[in-house]
Amino acid sequence: MSGNLQLDAQGRLRHFLTLEGLPPRILHEILDTAESFAEVTSQQVKKVPLLRGKTIVNLFFEPSTRTRTTFELAAKRLSADVLNINIDTSSTTKGETLLDTLRNLEAMHVDMFVVRHAASGAAHFIARHVAPHVSVINAGDGRHAHPTQAMLDMFTIRRVKGPDFGRLRVAIVGDILHSRVARSQIHALHLLGAGEIRVIAPRTLIPVDVEKLGVHVYHRLEEGIADVDVLILLRLQRERMRGALLPSEHEYFRLFGLTEEKLARARPDVTIMHPGPINRGVEMDSQVADGPRSVILRQVSYGIAVRMAVMSLAMQAGPRTDETREAS
Amino acid sequence: MKDIEALYVPALLDDMAEALERQLQARGISRPAMVGIHTGGVWVAEALHRRLGLEEPLGTLDISFYRDDFTRIGMNPQVRPSKLPFNVDDRHLVLVDDVLQTGRTIRAAMNELFDYGRPASILLAVLVERSGRELPIEPQVAGLHLDLAPHQHVKLEGPEALRLEVREAR
Repeated sequence: MSGNLQLDAQGRLRHFLTLEGLPPRILHEILDTAESFAEVTSQQVKKVPLLRGKTIVNLFFEPSTRTRTTFELAAKRLSADVLNINIDTSSTTKGETLLDTLRNLEAMHVDMFVVRHAASGAAHFIARHVAPHVSVINAGDGRHAHPTQAMLDMFTIRRVKGPDFGRLRVAIVGDILHSRVARSQIHALHLLGAGEIRVIAPRTLIPVDVEKLGVHVYHRLEEGIADVDVLILLRLQRERMRGALLPSEHEYFRLFGLTEEKLARARPDVTIMHPGPINRGVEMDSQVADGPRSVILRQVSYGIAVRMAVMSLAMQAGPRTDETREAS
Repeated sequence: MKDIEALYVPALLDDMAEALERQLQARGISRPAMVGIHTGGVWVAEALHRRLGLEEPLGTLDISFYRDDFTRIGMNPQVRPSKLPFNVDDRHLVLVDDVLQTGRTIRAAMNELFDYGRPASILLAVLVERSGRELPIEPQVAGLHLDLAPHQHVKLEGPEALRLEVREAR
């Protein structure tokens, strides 16, 4: 999956599907623009007229409340019209293919699709088949990527720790194997030049070739958290437990759950992050989640500003040259 | 156009500060809040703010998100956060920019200000009022009035030692 599909002829963002292959300047542009959007929340009217008259469709093939809500709010704060369409797999059994669904929506003069799908590569597929003026934002595809979540995490880190990622040691804890969030975070941290990236997880939840991504692997939380500046905990999907990859929630918490006691080994100014929603008593206990080092709720509010930045940057040009579209 | 470039900007700013003070007095405004438009407008506003000895910190606006040509030109790559360190509601505001030409920037700035609240009044002060208006917007205070051809551009250079430059397009 090349980065070219994501950029227009002038090198500007057209689709936002994955961080892989994007030039770092695009990431900086998103973070800088998000700074300005974060200020919009201090206005009485928390809205700017930037995307007035544009129509954005949240196309969700997989249930999600949090991500969909923040995308919806971001679009509304940009003054766009928003349509939420939740498609369960049953509509495909009615005989309508994904492309038929897409053509139908396009006929309603949609300008942007925000797509979440259980299949890896779904957003890329849609991006290759939309009309030239339509942008696609990936809101999570299978195990592949969740780039806006990673960017809001980077925005949070930059706000809390400052703009120099080179001096930061960042550890990601949890189910790296199945996590599109972790994958996108690792790419983002690389592109922003993070000093060290660690992953901490049981052997069963780490992809075999993960070291190729330039990360250091730890299997014990106590060792992995030593000297880290930022600790990102991933949500443990309960269904993995049934797949015999993990003994039990209780056992996971004992080994990888974050407590004040285990945190004593980390730097005193360590920042604790989590994409939400938290399983209290699984990834971390409440004392840590609600403690002074946790920025979990700030991540949520920054998520809106970052999504506003991504949406407006992808929509900034008018009709573009039709060079990435493939015949369908 | 050399005569414009030879103009001493601080002297223009002194004149503006005086004219602004007279305007405020005539309107019975004792505690105005000042807002500069990025980038040149902020430099001019800083200078006026100092000359008027206003206690309240200066507000700054970046009107990128309110421009009317976003879909034609795209995002300003150097967009900065707008900061209004005071409540806009019922306040008398002095809006400051460097050059007034079409009036579109001021239109965008006023739209943005109204998203922060309902000001009691807005006074417009610009360093240069030049020809080329496309909207019914006029300044109450101007340091300089210029009649320029459409292909001539006047630009404020700064922030150290502010000076005006006139450029011929093509």
